[in-house]
Amino acid sequence: MTAQTMVESIRGCLREEMARDESILVIGEDVGALGGVFRATDGLLAEFGPDRVVDMPLAEAVIVGSGIGLALSGLRPVVEIQFLGFAHQAFHQIGQQVARMRYRSQGRFAVPIVIRAPFGGGVRTPEMHSDAFEAYYTHVPGLKVVAPATARDAKGLLAQAIQDDDPVLFLEPLKGYRLQKDEVDDGRFTVPIGRARIAREGGDVTIVAWSAAVGLALNAADELSERGIEATVVDLRSLVPFDIDTLTAAVSHTGRAVIVQEAPLTGGFGAEIAATIQASCFYSLEAPILRISAPDTPYPLAGIEDMYVPDTARVVSGVADLMAVTA
Amino acid sequence: MSESHRFQPASVAVEPYSVLTKDGTLTAEAAPMKDDATLEALELMILARTFDEKATKLQRQGRFGTFSSVRGQEASVVGAASALDPRRDWVVPQYRELPALLRQGLPLENFALYFMGHPGGGVIPPDVNVLPIQISLAAQLPQAVGLAWGLRHQGLDGVVTTFVGDGASSEGDFHESLNLAGLRKAPVIFFLQNNGWAISTPRRAQSAARTLAERAPGYGIDGVLVDGNDLFAVNAVMQEAVRRARAGDGPTLIESLTWRAGAHNTADDPTRYVTDDDEAPWAGTDPIQRVETFLAARGVWTEELAARIRLRCTTEVERALGVARQTPPAGHAALFDHVYAVPPDRLNEQRARWARNNAPDGSAPTRTTES
Repeated sequence: MTAQTMVESIRGCLREEMARDESILVIGEDVGALGGVFRATDGLLAEFGPDRVVDMPLAEAVIVGSGIGLALSGLRPVVEIQFLGFAHQAFHQIGQQVARMRYRSQGRFAVPIVIRAPFGGGVRTPEMHSDAFEAYYTHVPGLKVVAPATARDAKGLLAQAIQDDDPVLFLEPLKGYRLQKDEVDDGRFTVPIGRARIAREGGDVTIVAWSAAVGLALNAADELSERGIEATVVDLRSLVPFDIDTLTAAVSHTGRAVIVQEAPLTGGFGAEIAATIQASCFYSLEAPILRISAPDTPYPLAGIEDMYVPDTARVVSGVADLMAVTA
Repeated sequence: MSESHRFQPASVAVEPYSVLTKDGTLTAEAAPMKDDATLEALELMILARTFDEKATKLQRQGRFGTFSSVRGQEASVVGAASALDPRRDWVVPQYRELPALLRQGLPLENFALYFMGHPGGGVIPPDVNVLPIQISLAAQLPQAVGLAWGLRHQGLDGVVTTFVGDGASSEGDFHESLNLAGLRKAPVIFFLQNNGWAISTPRRAQSAARTLAERAPGYGIDGVLVDGNDLFAVNAVMQEAVRRARAGDGPTLIESLTWRAGAHNTADDPTRYVTDDDEAPWAGTDPIQRVETFLAARGVWTEELAARIRLRCTTEVERALGVARQTPPAGHAALFDHVYAVPPDRLNEQRARWARNNAPDGSAPTRTTES
């Protein structure tokens, strides 16, 4: 075990996978000499050369679209989109093209591609970088959407995503890149896609989160514990597919559910979680399901982003209010 | 500021490369294709025309879906495809290139099934090097570049030809793809069929550029303008582009000047927008007739051979449509198969629920609010 930040564990994973499998290419903007704007690909160019670590022109659609073609030729491209906000400029390739190739060709063409993209707020980026747009992509049949919260999970899930025969959108929390160090197993390991993690156990309420919001939920749970409220925190780890069994078991046990998402409220993935909980846990619920989210407004400039992205205090007060509700 | 600092639209005259004139005579000393290869190409052109005519009739009777015929563009598509080696080269189509798909080895019945709305129309046999038909225009171009780059990366000598139209050349993917292809020296040929129309929008409304081929140097790649109704000219420029791509000399943009001799598709009504003035310059430019006239003058194309080939084409179209018609309707498996390599539990549950709710004997009416 080694203590690592998430950006270190991702880099370590890419390095191990590239050494193991020659068919893996890393392509994206500034992934070469710079090592990526977050250094997630640092050192890969020196180790694997410019044929396998490719600085791409600033053109998201062809970064993803040529990644599809590379995959069709028999390779396993790991594509970096510098910020998920810029993936809008590749949306047709992700939303319409990559995830339908298997279906449209009746199984002839698999597209084993991983699209890595950092997302989410809290690190004072310029405008347009920080939106949590994950829900757009969870609505795309054929695409898997993974959103780890810890360095260990990031490494294991990325290794799994790279060997997956279907396209995977791999979302990395901007705020979680260097926020904390986790113990990460040495050597190669995988974490299955579609299995949630119980990040904390408590009997009073279940807080459901993914990516950076998991840390928020855990901080809130600690504060709530001081008030005598014990929370289970479910880290979904992947949104498509998502672990319905772990989710519903936790909520059935506690009878109360709170979903924390960084994205705006309307149409967010939290709505999918809420609908699933009410369908599966209706008779266990002791209170309405609460969603804590950003408002339905554009992501603001950095100076006021702390008011926009949910914080610990909002989660704590939301949960506390929910505990006061009696069925 | 001196002229050496300015880049202006070129003022020199441009002429499309041409070998076989409208009246079927050669401008070159010899045809670039041998007689047997020419006959093979001609038969493919006639097969496509035969299919288009039959499918259009069937569509009018409600027995075939909306589709776009390749009528008028046969020399363009066949001339391009005939320069490829189907065993190692790839075609990345849009949707109006039937004969190119056939030459690569796609069964005609698969194409027919696609436009009859049958999921079996998506099937591409394992040894046929084509990607699925593209409907979101220009989205195929980045994929073609990546495929070409990937082949080269793995030391394979395959060349990728992707088809695009004058309309789709206005898409952002067109720009991004030519740019990346130039950078990677990808063995890809952008075969741009300028057929004059994007549904009702004329070529002149797509771009102020005089030709679309002249965009190529801006990406550091070669551009070629060719008479798209001239089988020999198209084939010659394609052979050169394939040779260059295979040798590692990079991509080519070929603008094939042709004419959509019909509607955009079976739902379109070109009488609303195509004028006599638009059509006049294209009178007498039928690409099939041109080759027939040439071969007839050489004594190769006889009434007897023409009849034999037309019969073969009719027979093949009837055979393919027969197979398509006899293909059993797709069941609900076709909604769920091939979405993922390993379907998630939730999808399996939806599939099982669909089957229960639609039991043939109606025995299990267990519809829920979930899908």
